Amino acid sequence: MKNRSGINEILLTVNNLQVSFPSPKGVVDAVKNVSFSMGREKIGIVGESGSGKSVTGRAVLRLLPPYARVRADDIIYRGRDLQSLTEKEMRQVRGQGISMVMQDPKYSLNPVRTVGKQIREAYTIHHQVPKQEARAQALQMLEAVRIRNPEQVYHLYPHEVSGGMGQRIMIAMMLIPQPGLLIADEPTSALDVTVQLQVLAILDDLVSQRGMGLIFISHDLELVASFCDRIIIMYGGRIMEMVDADKLHESTHPYTRGLLNCLPKIDGDREPLPTLERDDAWLDDPVNRAGAL
Amino acid sequence: MLQMLTRRRLLKAARQTLRLLVIVATTFLGLLLITFLIGRVVPIDPVLAVVGDKASPEVYEKARIAMGLHLPLWKQFFIYIGNVLQGDLGTSVLTAKPVTEDILRVFPATIELAVTATIIGVLVGIPLGVFSAVKRDSFLDHVTRVIGLLGYSLPIFWLALMALMVFYAQLDWLPGPGRVDVFYEDIVEPVTGIMIIDCIIAREWEIMRNAIWHVILPALLLGYYSMAYLSRMTRSFMIEQLRQEYILTARVKGVAEWKVIWVHALGNCLIPLITVIALSFGGLLEGSVLTETVFAWPGLGLYLTTSLLNADMNAVLGSTIVVGSIFLGVNMFSDFLYKVADPRAR
Amino acid sequence: MTNRQNLTGARAWLLTDTPDSAFQAASGRFYLGLLEFFRNRLAVVGLLIIITLVLTATFAPQIAPYDPIATDLASRLQPLSADHWFGTDEMGRDIFSRIVWGSRLTLYVILLVAIIAAPVGILVGTVSGYFGGVIDTVLMRITDIFLAFPKLILALAFVAALGPGIENAIIAISITSWPPYARIARAETLTIRNSDFIRAIRLQGAGPIRIITKHIMPLCLSSLIVRVTLDMAGIILTAAGLGFLGLGAQPPSPEWGAMTSAGRSYILDQWWLITMPGTAIFVVSLAFNLLGDGLREVLDPKSDS
Repeated sequence: MKNRSGINEILLTVNNLQVSFPSPKGVVDAVKNVSFSMGREKIGIVGESGSGKSVTGRAVLRLLPPYARVRADDIIYRGRDLQSLTEKEMRQVRGQGISMVMQDPKYSLNPVRTVGKQIREAYTIHHQVPKQEARAQALQMLEAVRIRNPEQVYHLYPHEVSGGMGQRIMIAMMLIPQPGLLIADEPTSALDVTVQLQVLAILDDLVSQRGMGLIFISHDLELVASFCDRIIIMYGGRIMEMVDADKLHESTHPYTRGLLNCLPKIDGDREPLPTLERDDAWLDDPVNRAGAL
Repeated sequence: MLQMLTRRRLLKAARQTLRLLVIVATTFLGLLLITFLIGRVVPIDPVLAVVGDKASPEVYEKARIAMGLHLPLWKQFFIYIGNVLQGDLGTSVLTAKPVTEDILRVFPATIELAVTATIIGVLVGIPLGVFSAVKRDSFLDHVTRVIGLLGYSLPIFWLALMALMVFYAQLDWLPGPGRVDVFYEDIVEPVTGIMIIDCIIAREWEIMRNAIWHVILPALLLGYYSMAYLSRMTRSFMIEQLRQEYILTARVKGVAEWKVIWVHALGNCLIPLITVIALSFGGLLEGSVLTETVFAWPGLGLYLTTSLLNADMNAVLGSTIVVGSIFLGVNMFSDFLYKVADPRAR
Repeated sequence: MTNRQNLTGARAWLLTDTPDSAFQAASGRFYLGLLEFFRNRLAVVGLLIIITLVLTATFAPQIAPYDPIATDLASRLQPLSADHWFGTDEMGRDIFSRIVWGSRLTLYVILLVAIIAAPVGILVGTVSGYFGGVIDTVLMRITDIFLAFPKLILALAFVAALGPGIENAIIAISITSWPPYARIARAETLTIRNSDFIRAIRLQGAGPIRIITKHIMPLCLSSLIVRVTLDMAGIILTAAGLGFLGLGAQPPSPEWGAMTSAGRSYILDQWWLITMPGTAIFVVSLAFNLLGDGLREVLDPKSDS
């Protein structure tokens, strides 16, 4: 699973993914008819809260709660049908094949274990090595995310590090088993603006260096546009549009246009910004699949 | 770890320890104040209790002075504190021995019960709570919750009586009240006060077996209450932890599910559970009073109630101080453990 | 037709998204809380049991077939029968009647303890939390000192000093019950103390008494109601425990704990002497636990029962 094929290799194929949850009002489709393919590229999934973007990521990793109903025609990672794997086999895919970075390190790191121990665990799950070697790997990884004094940070607890450092630790932890695909679920949303750029730069570097695929989930359209190669726009659990990042501003889909028009521009006029209008009809329209591989 | 012991941290630790000592000291003083005041509030004249109501006025006055009751209240309190700190809790009216000696004699029996019950509670209650939280709304979950609910609603003295009736009277599986059968009493030399250990020391194997049989029912009974409480709290803590994001992180890493539950989630529960176990110990001291009464178990609880029914104020207050101090000590220790275990609290 | 319209009208008024007054909004919330509460069957069972308790206590003279105190040695230790639903005790008294009358004692204890302990606790807690500083330290030390005793032990000590009797038992239990309420009230006060609306009222010139009584105390109420209800279960058990030890209501009062104790000698053959009062204690305690759990789910949605 670790040898790198050509640049055109398809890493992940998702066909007709549907996720539904039971609710007091009946069954709710959090994700419906989501399909996409990706290779060693950076794909952004953009949408409002409740658009199903996070659920999609977790569905791929099979980490939704047991009461969620997940169905898809295909979820194929590097030729392996993920839906057919046993839990034990899926655990091997997690971390080593596909990994995920979450939003806020204050909550996503175990508060009672040192940072170093947590990174080490991420490594020893997939590689049976003595403690010293795992420690060395962890320290190396801390350096890779540009933490200046890895020896010291190794012994710190999550509450003793800043947000930016915590997120870098998270990235280190998720990349140490060398996955082929990384899902980043709002990785910078909990950070200050200046720190955001630093963390993104590190993420960018590491993903490129290792020839990984990246799914970048966010609500920030501009950020995704500047960072990713392609963008998937979701609304109400469905894909509205898939575009290349550089062609984003030429989009004709009404929802995308609505999102773009809501963004303040420094050279825009002084009129009040338009309010985003949503049309439930979009939930039934066929999807514009421009740019699919 | 050693690199963390900078001068600053040492000073901080010293300050915290000092603060802790002050808190312990003031609470203990408050404890003594309350028992002192209770003692002085008694409607029975303590002097009369000693000299009898046929004594002449001179004897009465002599006794009164001897007991220090002519002094102003605050002076009496200081003498009281001094006495207690020296281990003098007065003399028991009933046994005519120093209360301290009485308590030292009966105290281990209660500790035997309380410790056994806590162990049962921890070993059974915590795993039950974990299973209950993981498999919510399953049959096991409902059973655990019912057990917990019963533990909060059943009167312990009633359950004790029922248990005696069923297991001793009807089924004859377990022996009756007392620490050992009547004809075994007073044979073994009380070295530690804990019957089973003393039997081992004295190599009285048959008496030891008898003692073990006798301790089963009261220990299980108290253990049930401990277990009900701990399982309920564990369940609550576990549900809270399993909701947290770091659990998702562990699963994303590929950690095995059993490890996610028993190491990651439970690991985070252990810290508040320390406080809960300490509190449950206090509840066990309470429950022990009633249990010992039913099982004629010669511990501190039975001593307390017997003294009470005989208006032996010194013994009652002495026991109260001892129980209160133990509880205070246990709580302080658990607070300390909490600070050590939780990295966020340092 | 008209009825259905009225119902819709009242419900519409309660559930509207745009209430016209604070009263309407509060009523709507109360209604929704009520609906949620009644969805919890166990909690409703608890409530029904407690209502039964209150009714039994109120109408004891009408319900009890026999005089609870009158002895009739000729018919002592009778088993359950049509004449004596719960049998008779060692003095020939009808156990069912004694339990019915005993419900008055139970209710008496619960109400008085709640009325004494809860206000004291809230007062100490809110004052301590609001003023902070030395007042807080002193009051919390006092609270901690009382908390350092296991409840029953301290109650025993007090009863030892004051003498047995139900009033003394009530005082003793109340003295040991108020500290947890003080802690809860203080915790809530600390959360609210620095919020903007308190600052606003203070700017309007409100003094501490007004702030504490009119604004802070009401906000503490919901968690306190839950805690008091749950505590009631424990208080019943403590009171029964005191009765069992002979320190509560004195004979021939039909106090349930004392009845259980009296039945000890007859445990083998006349099991009903112990079982009946014990079950009564259990059922009432259980009811308060169920009710308290139900209230907690409605009033404190964060916690998980």
